[in-house]
Amino acid sequence: MTAATEPVATPDAGRRIRWADLAPFIALGVIVFLGILINSNFASSANIINVITRSAFIAIIAVGATFVISSGGLDLSVGSMMAFVTGLMIMTMNGLAPTYGNWAIVMGAGVALVVGGLCGLFNGLIITLGRIEPFIVTLGTMGIFRAFITFMSDGGSLPIDRSLRAAYRPVYFGDFMGIPYPVLITLGVILLGAFLLYRTKYGRHLTSLGSNAEVARFSGVNVSRVRTLAYVIQGLCVAVAAICYVPRLGAATPTTGQLWELQVITAVVIGGTLLRGGRGRIWGSVAGALILEVIANVMVLSDMVSEYLVAAVQGAIIIIAMLAHRFTSSR
Amino acid sequence: MRQASEIESVPAGNAPTLCAKGLSKVYGAITVLSDVTLDIHAGQVHAIIGENGAGKSTLMKLLSGHVTPTAGGLQMEGQAVAFADAVEAENAGVVLVHQEILLAPDLTVAQNIFLGREIRRGFMVDDRAMNRRAAELLARVGATARPHDLVGDLPLAQRQLVQIARALLDERKVVIFDEPTAMLANEEVAALLEIIRGLREHGVAVLYISHRLDEVQAIADRITVLRDGRMIGSWPAAELSQRQMAELMVGRQLDMLYPDKREVQTQAPLLLVTDLEVDQGAQKASFFVRPGEVLGLGGMIGSGRTELIEGLMGLRPSQAASVVVNGAEVTRRSVASLMAAGLVYLTEDRKGKGLLLDERLAPNLTLQALASLNPGLLLDRRSEMDCLRKAVAEYDIRVRSLALEAGKLSGGNQQKLLLAKVMMTNPSVVIIDEPTRGIDIGNKSQIYDFIDAMVRAGKACIVISSEMQELVGLADRVLVMRAGRVVAELSGDEINEENIVYAATSNAHGGTGEDSHDRSDGARRDA
Repeated sequence: MTAATEPVATPDAGRRIRWADLAPFIALGVIVFLGILINSNFASSANIINVITRSAFIAIIAVGATFVISSGGLDLSVGSMMAFVTGLMIMTMNGLAPTYGNWAIVMGAGVALVVGGLCGLFNGLIITLGRIEPFIVTLGTMGIFRAFITFMSDGGSLPIDRSLRAAYRPVYFGDFMGIPYPVLITLGVILLGAFLLYRTKYGRHLTSLGSNAEVARFSGVNVSRVRTLAYVIQGLCVAVAAICYVPRLGAATPTTGQLWELQVITAVVIGGTLLRGGRGRIWGSVAGALILEVIANVMVLSDMVSEYLVAAVQGAIIIIAMLAHRFTSSR
Repeated sequence: MRQASEIESVPAGNAPTLCAKGLSKVYGAITVLSDVTLDIHAGQVHAIIGENGAGKSTLMKLLSGHVTPTAGGLQMEGQAVAFADAVEAENAGVVLVHQEILLAPDLTVAQNIFLGREIRRGFMVDDRAMNRRAAELLARVGATARPHDLVGDLPLAQRQLVQIARALLDERKVVIFDEPTAMLANEEVAALLEIIRGLREHGVAVLYISHRLDEVQAIADRITVLRDGRMIGSWPAAELSQRQMAELMVGRQLDMLYPDKREVQTQAPLLLVTDLEVDQGAQKASFFVRPGEVLGLGGMIGSGRTELIEGLMGLRPSQAASVVVNGAEVTRRSVASLMAAGLVYLTEDRKGKGLLLDERLAPNLTLQALASLNPGLLLDRRSEMDCLRKAVAEYDIRVRSLALEAGKLSGGNQQKLLLAKVMMTNPSVVIIDEPTRGIDIGNKSQIYDFIDAMVRAGKACIVISSEMQELVGLADRVLVMRAGRVVAELSGDEINEENIVYAATSNAHGGTGEDSHDRSDGARRDA
């Protein structure tokens, strides 16, 4: 109070380091270090590349979720949406393959992006126009999308046409100068996301909306549009993840993407994004996704803990991260 | 004040109810309060006045156990006491009525009043008994709220009264009011002062903090002045005039608080509103404001002033025959479209609707003008810092660091930041709702100067205020609202507190009412 009356202005103290922002990266480093101690195979380049590639899907979706969560929202439907988009994409590809050959893959990918964007738009419009809690809306669409993929696959598997496999396979298994394509795609999504969130007016409007929606409204921000767009971005990210995912397993099933929403939210939150909105950390979300995958990998490589407990450890991580955050922020 | 001497004679010989000896509070390197010694006697109203940052709130929190002192201690009725927390202080009979509303909006009035102190019958809460007791307390504080109303549905003033009722639930020895009237309208203030007089007669020691010096003069037996964390002195209230109080607080002779009035030209209005209807807020309001003019908008809290303007800005459902800004009709009203036309609104709720308290200064400053500052896709963060440096200098925003979060600024500096924020859009008409609520005299006078400079530069300004003096001191013309209607228009010598209060409260509004907000009539103001 009294201090505020001293007219001293330190220029550009805006660049001071906040240790809390580095926490997810430090945690990732510690876990990697422990991994190396436990099993020397962990540090092999083949294993490292494998882990990073496997984390690509969660990382890509988590970039979108960072937008939604920074805006003060939540999207529980991402796992089901991913399965639904995958299913529609495979059906499109299979349908077009006889006529267009390998071009069907490109068309299918285009359809996936459109469908993902529309799914997000659907979520966003119901939330903003209907003024319903995002939790409820996306809980509903989570069920709807899951039922659709079960219906489309008739409860079984919806495989991609054999003729397309060879051409599509490199999207997941191929690499460019040793770096797998999914990793490059993830990097592209991250850079695009970081640009959008940190460097554009839209990103600033989004965080202001998450910080205090009334302030944003009184400042002339089109709150509904900004909020709806966050869900569209989330939908597009889901579609990109689906495009990378199909060549890995070659089919969509009723369990595709199941419980991914939990992993995504965990990754975003341990990455430093505030669940109540107002602060988004794109790179943190990616670190979060890597932490989850590295832990699973270390558990598989070690014999100490059963790999069936991976989900339990991941669940514990989010609680520990929040406790650590509470502990450090209240000093 | 004769009462003062009578009252003081009552506890003579007795130890003071609560006594602070050499209280100090240090946060890190900053001394917020140093060596304050204070006696509070039963049956006395003791006012603490001082500018924001003078240490009033800290002193209150020390006395009520919310904060523990760095040095010094407390005595109650001659016995040394140390409160570990607010609960201990309450058990000892000392209660603080907070300035902010600390009530659960989804619970009823009675549930809030008894929260944590529920009346029980066996394992069950006895709602009937609590409702009955709550009704008594509400009647005592003059609240119109009923025990079973949801607090979230109540207007702010009623919530404040519920909070006071809650503090008075148990017998108290010391009741501390921290700016209790900041959100109350004049008649509610009068009721509150009556309650405080009642407490005094019951032998309660009352500590009263307020920015409103007229209230202090009306209620206090003794006045203590704080400045920069130090005690300047303590006087019987009868010995100080309001002007002396203000000067003691500021520590210098008060120059004229309000700038000189300007000569308003009879140019075409910058803002012309015809037949604005706001759903559940205001009916058929028409008004205008000319370049170089300050238009005051007065009336009791709840008279629809804020609702009217929020409706105008498209923040509430509303219809209007026409809204013309800068000569151009605005058909689809929204904050963004009106801003583009040159009209901006500065909210009364700077913490809830004005500033992002968790964000730093620069994003706050540029949020509203983001589109015009950054014509391309990218944010220009370097020019953003330049804007901030300019605004800090121009509006005298006092900050330790430019990287602070807005929530860390004092109220006065927040208000200046908010003003700078809306001015970033280079508006021609600025509507300011409660420009100086809860800020100290030094900052007040600066804000008045900003408003004066703005209209002298050819802009127009509408000031909504609950402080009659502010309207009288600033406005060239005043519209008074009551129950959602503009009931009077005052100009020139007609602008005084009596006329405003009369128009705002009386049912008969013949002469100056109804047709007086007609355009041609208003234009013929006294030169």
